[in-house]
Amino acid sequence: MRADTEQEILKTELWWTALVIAIVTAIMLAIIYAGVVHHINPPSNIETIDPKTLHLTGEFTESNLGTRVEAGDQVTSRVVATQFAFQPQCIVVPSNRTVTLRFATPDVIHGILVTGTNVNTMIIPGYVSQVHTVFTKTGDLLMPCHEFCGLGHSQMWATVRVVPEDQFRPGPDGRASCDAR
Amino acid sequence: MGERAVTHARRLTLAHLWVAFAAFAVAAVLGVWQMWARSPLPAPYLTAESYFTSVTAHGVSMAYVLTTFMVMGFGYYVAETALGRPLPLPRFAWLGFWLGIIGSAMTAVTIFAGNATVLFTFYPPLTASPFFYIGLVLVVVGSWIWCGLMLWAMLDFKRANPGVPVPLAMFATVANAVLWLWTTVGVAAELLFQIIPAAFGWNESVDVGLSRTLFSWTLHAIVYFWLLPAYIAFYTMAPQAAGGRLYSDTMGRLTFILFLIYSLPVGMHHLFMDPQQSSAFKFLQMSFTALVAAPTLLTVFTISASLEIAGRLRGGKGYFGWIAALPWERPMVLATGMAFFMLWFGGGGGLINMSFGMNAMVHNTSWVTAHFHLIFGGTVVIMYFAIAYAIWPTLTNRLPMSPRLQRLQLWLWFIGMMVMTLPWHYLGLQGQWRRVATFNYSDPIIAGWGPWVIVSLVGGIILLASALLFVWNLLQFHSARAVVATDLRPIYALAVHPPERVPAALNGFALWNVLVLVLMVAAYGYPIAQFFIIDAPEAIVHRVNGRG
Ligand code: HEM
Ligand SMILES: [Cu+2]
Ligand SMILES: [Cu+2]
Repeated sequence: MRADTEQEILKTELWWTALVIAIVTAIMLAIIYAGVVHHINPPSNIETIDPKTLHLTGEFTESNLGTRVEAGDQVTSRVVATQFAFQPQCIVVPSNRTVTLRFATPDVIHGILVTGTNVNTMIIPGYVSQVHTVFTKTGDLLMPCHEFCGLGHSQMWATVRVVPEDQFRPGPDGRASCDAR
Repeated sequence: MGERAVTHARRLTLAHLWVAFAAFAVAAVLGVWQMWARSPLPAPYLTAESYFTSVTAHGVSMAYVLTTFMVMGFGYYVAETALGRPLPLPRFAWLGFWLGIIGSAMTAVTIFAGNATVLFTFYPPLTASPFFYIGLVLVVVGSWIWCGLMLWAMLDFKRANPGVPVPLAMFATVANAVLWLWTTVGVAAELLFQIIPAAFGWNESVDVGLSRTLFSWTLHAIVYFWLLPAYIAFYTMAPQAAGGRLYSDTMGRLTFILFLIYSLPVGMHHLFMDPQQSSAFKFLQMSFTALVAAPTLLTVFTISASLEIAGRLRGGKGYFGWIAALPWERPMVLATGMAFFMLWFGGGGGLINMSFGMNAMVHNTSWVTAHFHLIFGGTVVIMYFAIAYAIWPTLTNRLPMSPRLQRLQLWLWFIGMMVMTLPWHYLGLQGQWRRVATFNYSDPIIAGWGPWVIVSLVGGIILLASALLFVWNLLQFHSARAVVATDLRPIYALAVHPPERVPAALNGFALWNVLVLVLMVAAYGYPIAQFFIIDAPEAIVHRVNGRG
C-alpha cells in the first residue's frame, strides 16, 4: 500500500469507496430481484381488527376458524393466537396449492413460523396478519409461537397438517379440519 | 513527567467500567444456565418463571448495563486523554453515574422479585412493575448527562484551540453521544407516553403498532451505540498497538459520520414481519440499511491498510508477509484480528437478516440470537476487553502485566463464541425458535436439534471461563507494582499524514444533525403518523406483576 503522499492515500481510498458503492448496489439489486422474481414479500397488509371484540363478531369467531375453501377455490385458514394456545390447535391444508393464512389475537403480541418453510409473521393485537404460501412437503409441520407472550410461551404451538391434494376433502360447507377430513 | 495524579476522569472511568464488567460477569453465568435449560440435559432450578427471569436479567445486563457503562466510562477517558485537558464539570458526571446505579439497582430488584418477566425488549401490552421501566429511564437520563458532557468537552476544546482538528478518538466519541441522543428518542417516547402510564394503571389499553414502531426507532441505532467503542479502538488504538500509523484520518471521520446518519433511519428492518407497516416504508428503510454496510467496509479497508503499514515497518514482505510480521502477542492486535474474523461471519449473517424476503426464513429463530451473540458478544465485547487491557495500567498507574493470561482469555472468548454460535445459527435455519424455556425433545422434529444445543452449551461454558478469567486479569492490575507514568506508552495512533486543518463539516456535527432530521422525518414521519390517522384499535394491558 503506497502512502508517501496524501494524494496517493486519497486516490486509494477513492478507489476503495467506489468498490464499496458497487458492492452495496449489487446487494440491493439481489434483494430486489429476489423480491420481484420469487414474490418474497413480507406480510404488510395493514388491516385493523379490534382485539376486544374479534371473538364476538366477524371472521375470527370460533365457528369460522380453521381451513375453508372459498369462492374461486381459494383455500384460507384462520387462526386465533391467545395466551397460550392456538385456536384451532391443528389446521389441515392441501399441498401444491396457494394457501392464505390469516391470524389475529385478542390479547398480546405473538408470532408464528412453520418449520421447514418460509412462513413467518408477527401477530400484533389490532391487526390481521396475512401470509400467502404454497406448501410443497406433506406431513405434520410444527407451528410454534415465536414471540415471547408470557410465561406459557414455551408451550404454545400448533400443527399444520399438509396433505396431498387428492386427499384434501373439504365438507359441503367448504370446511376442512384435522379430525375429519 | 512525574507520577500522574489519578484524576477525576480516571476515577470515573474505573467506577463505570467496574460496574459494566460486574454486570457482565453475572449475566455470563445466567447465559450458560439458559443454554443448559434449553438443552436436552436436565437443568437445576428450571421453571418457566426462572427461565424468563433469567433471560430478562441477562438481556438487560448485557445490552443495557454493560454497554451504557462501558461507553460512558470509556468516553470520559477519551475526553481527558485525547483532548489533553481535564474533564469539565466532573460533578455532573458523578451525578450521571449515580443515576445509572440507582436505575440499574431498581431494575434488578424488580426483575429478581419476579415482577418484570417481560424481557429486555418489554413489548407491550405485556407490562411489568413500573419500577422496572423507571429504573431504565434513570439509566438513560444518566447517559444523557454523559452526552452533554462529551459535547461540552469538545466545544471547550474547540474554543481553546481555534482551527485545530478535534482528535479522531474524541470526534468519534462525540459522534456516539449525538447518535445516542437521537437513538433514545424513540424508546423514551414509548416509555413515557405509553408504557409507564399503562404500568401504573392509568391506561387500560395501548396502541401496540405505535409502540413497536417507536421501539424500532431505537432498536437498530442502539446497536451502533454499543459498537462504536470497538470502532474507536480499531481506528485509534489498534494501529498504535501494532507499531504503525492510521492510514487515513479523514476516512475515520467520514466513517463515524456515516454511522451517525445511517444507523437511524433503518430500524424498521426489525419490523419486516409486522402487519402494521407497509411494504413501501419497509423497502425504503431496507435501502438505507444496505448503506450502513458502507462504513463497515471502509473500516475494514482503512484498518487493514494501517496494519499493513505496521507489518511492513516490522520487516514483513510480500502480499501476506506483513500479516505474519504483526505483533500478535499484543492483546489489542490479537483482539482486532479476532474481531475482524467474527465481523466477516456476522456481517454475512446480517446481510441475510436485512434482506426483505430472506428475513422470513430467520425472523425470531435462533439464527437471530446466534447472529447478535457473534457480532455483539463477539466482535464488540472482545474489543471491550482489549480496551480495558490497554487503559487499565494508565487508570491504576500500575505496571502492565505479562499479557499471557490476557491472550489466553481472548482466545477462549473467540473459540467459545465460534463453538456456541455456529451450531446456534444452524438450529435457527432448522426452524428452532427463540425465547423458549424448554423444548419438547420428544417431538421428532425437535429431537434432532438436541446434540447441537449441547455443542452450543459447551461453547457457553468456554465463554464463561473466559469471562471469569477476564475479571481475574483486571483484578491483577490492581495489585501490581506501581510505576511512574512515563512507562506507559501513549495509546492513540497518529495518522500517516496527521491533519493540520479539517473542514468544519469533518470537525463537528451541526450539518449532520440537519441531515439526520431530514432522513428521520422521511423514514419515520408517516409510519408514526399513520397510527393517529387510521385510528388503530388498542390492545388491553396485560400486567405480569406477582407471579402470574
Ligand atoms: C457466557 C456467554 C453467553 C451465553 C452462554 C449466552 C447465552 C444466551 C442464551 C441461552 C440466551 C437465551 C436465548 C433464548 O432464550 O432464545 C441469551 C440471550 C441473550 N444474550 Fe446471551 N449469552 C452469553 C453472552 C452474551 C453477551 C456477551 C451478550 C452481549 C453483550 C449477550 C446478549 C444477549 C441478549 C441481548 C439476549 C436476548 C435476550 C432476549 O431474547 O430477550 N449474551 N444468551
Ligand atoms: Cu404466543
Ligand atoms: Cu409466545
